[in-house]
Amino acid sequence: MPDRPPLLVFNDQGIYCQAADVYLDPWRPVDKAIITHGHADHSRWGHKQYITHHTNVPIIQHRLGAINVSGKAYGETFVINNVRFSLHPAGHIIGSAQVRVEHRGEVWVFTGDYKTEDDGIATPFTPIQCHTFITESTFGLPAFRWRPQSEVFDAINAWWYANQQEGKTSILFGYSLGKAQRILKYLDTDIGQIYTHGAIENMTEVIRPMVALPPTTRITRETTKEALQGNIVLAPPSAHGGTWIRKMVPYVTAAASGWMTFRGARRRRAIDKGFVVSDHCDWSGLLEAIEATGAQKIISTHGYTDIFSRYLREQGYDARTEKTQYEAEPPATETETASETTTT
Amino acid sequence: MKQFAQLIQTLDSTNKTNAKIAALAAYFQTATPEDKVWTIAILSHRRPSRPVQTKQLRAWAAAIAQIPLWLFEESYHIVGDLAETIALVLPPPTTQTTKTLTYFLNEFIALKPADDTTKKEYVTDNWQALDYYERFVFTKLITGGFRIGVSQKLMTRALAQATTIDEDILAYKLMGNWDPATISFQELVVEEKASDFLSKPYPFYLAYAVEGAVAALGEVTAWSIEHKWDGIRAQIIIRDQQVFVWSRGEELVTAQYPEFYHFATQVPDGTVLDGEILPFAEGSIGSFNDLQKRIGRKKVSKALLQKTPVILKAYDLLEWQGQDIRNQPYHQRRTKLEAIHAQYTSQLERPTESTLHLSTAYHFDSWEAVAAERDKAREMKSEGLMLKNKEATYKIGRKKGDWWKWKVAPLTIDAVLTYAMRGHGRRSNLFTDYTFALWDADGNLVTFAKAYSGLTDAEFKQVDAWIKKNTVERFGPVRSVTPTLVFEIAFEGIALSKRHKSGVATRFPRILRWRKDKQIAAANTLEDLKAMIPN
Repeated sequence: MPDRPPLLVFNDQGIYCQAADVYLDPWRPVDKAIITHGHADHSRWGHKQYITHHTNVPIIQHRLGAINVSGKAYGETFVINNVRFSLHPAGHIIGSAQVRVEHRGEVWVFTGDYKTEDDGIATPFTPIQCHTFITESTFGLPAFRWRPQSEVFDAINAWWYANQQEGKTSILFGYSLGKAQRILKYLDTDIGQIYTHGAIENMTEVIRPMVALPPTTRITRETTKEALQGNIVLAPPSAHGGTWIRKMVPYVTAAASGWMTFRGARRRRAIDKGFVVSDHCDWSGLLEAIEATGAQKIISTHGYTDIFSRYLREQGYDARTEKTQYEAEPPATETETASETTTT
Repeated sequence: MKQFAQLIQTLDSTNKTNAKIAALAAYFQTATPEDKVWTIAILSHRRPSRPVQTKQLRAWAAAIAQIPLWLFEESYHIVGDLAETIALVLPPPTTQTTKTLTYFLNEFIALKPADDTTKKEYVTDNWQALDYYERFVFTKLITGGFRIGVSQKLMTRALAQATTIDEDILAYKLMGNWDPATISFQELVVEEKASDFLSKPYPFYLAYAVEGAVAALGEVTAWSIEHKWDGIRAQIIIRDQQVFVWSRGEELVTAQYPEFYHFATQVPDGTVLDGEILPFAEGSIGSFNDLQKRIGRKKVSKALLQKTPVILKAYDLLEWQGQDIRNQPYHQRRTKLEAIHAQYTSQLERPTESTLHLSTAYHFDSWEAVAAERDKAREMKSEGLMLKNKEATYKIGRKKGDWWKWKVAPLTIDAVLTYAMRGHGRRSNLFTDYTFALWDADGNLVTFAKAYSGLTDAEFKQVDAWIKKNTVERFGPVRSVTPTLVFEIAFEGIALSKRHKSGVATRFPRILRWRKDKQIAAANTLEDLKAMIPN
C-alpha cells in the first residue's frame, strides 16, 4: 500500500477524518461531528451538525438544547465523501456507539467509551474487525477487575436494607447519565422507595421511554426527612458535601464507581462505602476487546494511556498514545466522565 | 482471620469515631483471647518483624498475576499501597482457609528464618486461599504499616468499653515492652503484677498550641514558662539500678543513648524524668538536623558519640522515690526535680560531663515579658515557649487547659514547584507530595525542600489537575513540571547541611499558601534562604 495520510488524525479540534471532512467527538466547535455518546466530554456544544445513534438523540438534545442532529441505527452505513461510516454498540451507556470508518479498504474503529459487560440497558458491546482500533484506557491497569454486576447490585440492595434496619437513609452517588439508570434498574423496590436528585430525575425522564425502570420520586423542598428515612436516594457525585444532603440525617453514603477500587478514593471523599461498578472496561475487558477486533494498530486516547500502550507494545501490538481532551487522567473528583450532566 | 479482616473492613469503611469504637469493642467482646492480644499488638505497632522482603512480595505477586514487574510497579505507584496493589492484581482465590489471626502471626514468626523457597510457597499458597480483603489484611500484616485511622487511643477506649477497665489504667498497661507471642490477654490486660512495671513508662502529656491571645490564659503568675526544646521527647526511667529511655513514639531507645547509662547509679532508684533529648556539643545546643544523625542508629560509634553528643533537658518528674507523683501539682514535681538534678550534679567530678540538664523555668509578672522571652527563642535554639499551669497535674495524652505551646512564627520563603509525587493512603492517585526550588546565582532552580501539607483538599485537587496537564517528564511516581507555580513555604528551623543539594536543611517545611499572585521570577533565592541561618 502506498503511503497515504492516516484515515484519522488527532488535531486541535478533535479526531479528524480528512477524506470525509468530519470529526469524531470533537472538543472544539466544528461543522460536522459524529458523536459516540451523551457524556459531556464526548458531546460538546457548538457543532453545526451532529450525527449519533438515534437513542442518543433525545439525550444530547436534553443536554444541548436545540441542535441540528440526525440519528442512525446500529450497523447502518452512511457515506460521506466516499468514506463509509457506521455506528456499532459500545455497551458504555444507552445510545453509546463505536464509530467504524472505512476508506479504500482500510478500517478504523473509534470506541469513545465502552465496556464489555452486558448491563441490561445499553445494547451490548460488539467487537468490530478493523486495522486500527482507537480505544479508551480509563481503567487500563491490572489493578482493575470488575465483579459481575449482579453481585454488586446484590451488595447495594443488602447495604440499603441494613441501613434501613438502623433507621437510616441510604444515599448513593453515581453519574446522572448512565450509572444512575443502571443502578435504578436493579434496585429492589420491595425494600423501600427510590428518591432522586433533580439532575438524575431529569435525565431519567428522558430515558424512561426507552428502558423499563422502577418508579422514582424527585426530591423537592417539600420532601420531608421522615419520608426519606429508610429509603434510598440517588444523587450525582457533585451533590456530596453540599447543603442538599443535610436534611437527610441520619444517613449513610456510598458511591458507585470504578474508582471505588481504591480505598484511598473513598476515604478522600469521606464516603462510607464504595461499590465497584463501572461503565468502562476493566483490564481484562480492554485486552479481550482489543484482541477481538483483530487490529494490529492500537491508539489509546484517555486513561492510563502510556502504561497501557507500553504493555500492548510488549504484547506485540503497534500501540501508541494520542492526546485528547476526553477526561485525560483520572481526576481527583473520581468522575468517570469529564463533567456531570446537570440540568436545572 | 475472617473475623479480623471483617473488623479491619468495618473500621476502614467508616469515618465516624463512634462507629469505629463500637466495631472494636464488639470485636474485643467476641474474639478469642489470643486474637485479642494480637489485635492490640497490631493496632499499637507491635507486629513481628517482617518475615519476607517487600521486593520478594512484588515479584511473586507480579508472577502470579502474569504481568511484567514494571507494570506491577506502575500499578503500585498509582494505587499507593503495596498490600492493596497485591490484593487487587492477584487472580481470584482458588481455595479457602480457616486459620486464625494468631495462627497466621505465629506462622510469620516461624517463617522469618526459613529459606526463600519456603517463604515463597507459604505466601503464594496463602494468597490463593484468601479473598480480596483477607489478602489485603494478610499482606499488610506481613509488610508492616497498618494505617487504618485507628489510633492507639481509640483502640484503648474501645478496649476499656469492652472490659470495663479504666481507660487510663489500660493505656498504662499497654505501654512498654511486651511480647504478643508470649503474653496472655489475662496477663496483659486483666492482671496487675509489680514486676511488669519495671520498664514501663507513663503516657506522655502533650500540649496544644495557644489559640488566640496568650493574655486570655489569665493571671500570668499562675504560669510557669519554659522554652520549648526541639529534640526528641523522652522519658528516662531509673528503677532497680537500671535505665530505660523511651521516646514519645513508645519506643525503647535506651541502647541508642549511652550518655544516660550512668543515671543508673547517679540518679536515685524510682525516678522517672520527662524531658527532651537534645544534641549538645561544646557547650551549646545543636540543631535538630544534628540529632537526626543519632535517630534510628541502633549502634552508636565512638566517633558519632564524640561528634554529636546528647543531653536530656529535663522538665518534669513523674515518679519520685518509686511513687507515681503525676497527681501532684506541677510546682511540687518541679521542686523535687530540681532536688534530684542538684544531687546528680553535685556527684559529678566535672560538671561539664553532665548529661542531665534542667530546663529553666521562668516566672514573669506580665504577658509582655513572656512575649519578650519568646522573641529570644531562635537565639536560645528553641521553638518558642511552653506555658505550664503551676497547679496542674500531669495528664495523659493531648489535653487542653494546663499546658500550652506558644511557638515563634515560622520562617517563610517563596519557592517554585518543580517536582510532584503521588501521595499515599487517602491521597493515593493524587499528586500531593511536592518538591520546591529556589533560584541560585546562575539563574537555575535548586531544590531545597519537600512539603506534603498545608493546602486544603480543594487546593490539592486544583494543583493535582494542573500537574497532570503540565508534566514535563515522568520518573515512576514522580513528575517534573514546568516551573510556574509559586508557594510560600514555612519552616521551623534552618541549618547548613551537606546532605542537601542546596546546602541547607529546613525543619518541618510545609506549604503556608499558594502565591497565585506571584510569577516564578519573583520567587526567593538560595541566598535569601542562607541569610536566615542563625550564626
